[in-house]
Amino acid sequence: MNEMKSPDLALIRRHPKPADPFVHVDDLKVRFVSREATVKAVNGVSFDLAKGEVLCVIGESGSGKSVMMRSLLRLHPKKRSVIEGTMMVGEHNITEVNEKTMGELRGSTISMIFQEPMTALDPLYTIGHQIAETVMRHEKLDRDAAWKRALELLELVRVPSPERRLKAYPHELSGGLRQRAMIAVALSCRPSLLLADEPTTALDASVQIQVLVLLRKLQRDMGMSMIFVTHDLGVAAQIADKVAVMYAGRIIEYGEARDVLVNPQHPYTKAMLASTIKDQRRGAPLEAIAGTPPDLRALPDGCSFAPRCKYAGPDCAVTMPPPVTDARGHMARCFKVGTTNGLLAFDPHIVEPA
Amino acid sequence: MWLYALRRLVLTLPILFGVTVICFALVQIAPGDPIQNLLSPTASQEDADRLRAAYGLDQPLPIQYFIWIAKVLRGDLGMSIANNAPVATEVFRAFGNTITIALISVALAFVLSMILGVIAAYRSGSIVDKLITAVAVFGISVPTFWLGVVLVIVFAVNMFWLPATGMGASGSETFNYFNWEDFKFAIMPIIALALPPLGIMTRTTRASLAEILNQDFVQTLRAKGLSETAVMFHAVRNIMPQAVAMLGLQLGYLIGGSVLVETVFTWPGTGFLLNKAILTRDIPLLQGTILVLATVFVLINLVVDLAQSVIDPRIKRA
Repeated sequence: MNEMKSPDLALIRRHPKPADPFVHVDDLKVRFVSREATVKAVNGVSFDLAKGEVLCVIGESGSGKSVMMRSLLRLHPKKRSVIEGTMMVGEHNITEVNEKTMGELRGSTISMIFQEPMTALDPLYTIGHQIAETVMRHEKLDRDAAWKRALELLELVRVPSPERRLKAYPHELSGGLRQRAMIAVALSCRPSLLLADEPTTALDASVQIQVLVLLRKLQRDMGMSMIFVTHDLGVAAQIADKVAVMYAGRIIEYGEARDVLVNPQHPYTKAMLASTIKDQRRGAPLEAIAGTPPDLRALPDGCSFAPRCKYAGPDCAVTMPPPVTDARGHMARCFKVGTTNGLLAFDPHIVEPA
Repeated sequence: MWLYALRRLVLTLPILFGVTVICFALVQIAPGDPIQNLLSPTASQEDADRLRAAYGLDQPLPIQYFIWIAKVLRGDLGMSIANNAPVATEVFRAFGNTITIALISVALAFVLSMILGVIAAYRSGSIVDKLITAVAVFGISVPTFWLGVVLVIVFAVNMFWLPATGMGASGSETFNYFNWEDFKFAIMPIIALALPPLGIMTRTTRASLAEILNQDFVQTLRAKGLSETAVMFHAVRNIMPQAVAMLGLQLGYLIGGSVLVETVFTWPGTGFLLNKAILTRDIPLLQGTILVLATVFVLINLVVDLAQSVIDPRIKRA
């Protein structure tokens, strides 16, 4: 009788989770408070990320993806922002740790690559200094050892003639080299979680691919978890294990990269994928999503996408749809999504609950 | 670096030429005849002509200019009409008196403005910030001559702490800044001179720091885990090119423009000398003083340029 196991356990669990998620974000809310208005930038984001996994966060400008990322490093101005919820990275709850611990986590356990390599480095210091500075801060190495590490890092990110580039200032490097230098800074203390905020958006198309391939390789070699924000679906398809689609500060669809990108269920994800350029005839109009993203200062009740959604019924504007998750962990927040045969299925004829 | 310095130096030559031409011309177009001021109203026309020829004032203007500039290059700024002493001696003695208190004032203002500006930018919006802003606005808007008089009334007339005016019994010949009895005379002029630059530089430091702190790279520095002190160190270095430019400008103003303060405190500096030269229509003295001041101003700017290129690698080097 001992061999008897309940065979359906995996199917019964509606929220399959990795055994020990390295990053566990639960009901994260971020709002920015000023005298004029309160901007609700992130409105209840939850996800798990295992060690060595890559999560791509997709969404248009203002969907809260960058804000969500910066929250993981607590980079928002303290006085003007409120962060609520749980953000576990390893054993640290980012929402609660003190400033000193946060300073130790930043750049060592968690580090970040920014979108604009042109402005993300201090123009008055050499590349070598900016890498060595981080190493000295976290690993208590002396100057020579830190510069030696800086040289190794430039070699790691495949900067040609690294000795010379160590002594170069940011303005003396091309955009691609600067972003490589930025990656070297971010990787200098072997982080366990790498946050990449549209790291290839500002680069030339040919350089984009190189940087992307490099990032993917380094992520695998070093076994890092990575959260990669982009609005480029092609990039997401290349690099992601998991994909989260954000809209108005919420994850509205989440799942394995293949499930979300090949078999999207949420009307917003469907519309977004339909609006990309692929194999169209020249001159054929692109399908754009009608309307504009909602104003985060005054979010409507109900589904934030309802005003732009062609399937929205009258009750979509009343309550936010709860997440529906299938056996593969594919999740969507839409009243018109149900499950058939254990998989998510969009059905415009489902009547939303009153 | 040295090539860049040399190139900048060569570029200042045309500016210096312009300075001499303007100095020369300014005095020529000023109304009034200095010879008439020297002579008694009853002097004959022959006497006037003889005097005019003795000073070279009967020559055509370009000739006068070249005669003047040739002498200037040999360090001869002519003789003062008012007291028949060499202008160079007078100007350099006065300049020595001015440059010392100007340098002390500007250094004081610079250091204080850095400290106050950093505190204000760091605690932007707080009471401390508002207090510092209030001090800065006070420094900018209070007229220095009024402040000078108030300082004299409070610290000299009422409290007897400090001497009211002058440079001490011994004068500039033996004045020693490291001797407390002498230095006491310099304290109030230094305060009066330092306050306006302090106000202006505090405001600019705060403003440019606030701008730098909004830049992307500051977020990178924080994301690297650097402490706020280390981040501030980066930010301060980034405002240095601007701060040095402001420093040079303020030093230039203090050297040339301290007429009011030097008059209130009867400090025998260049401002005081300029004032005297204008009132007595002492053209060689006026020319000499303006020339020295303008040249120093140009040289200060040269030094500022070089300092900026040392701080900021983006400023192109030859």
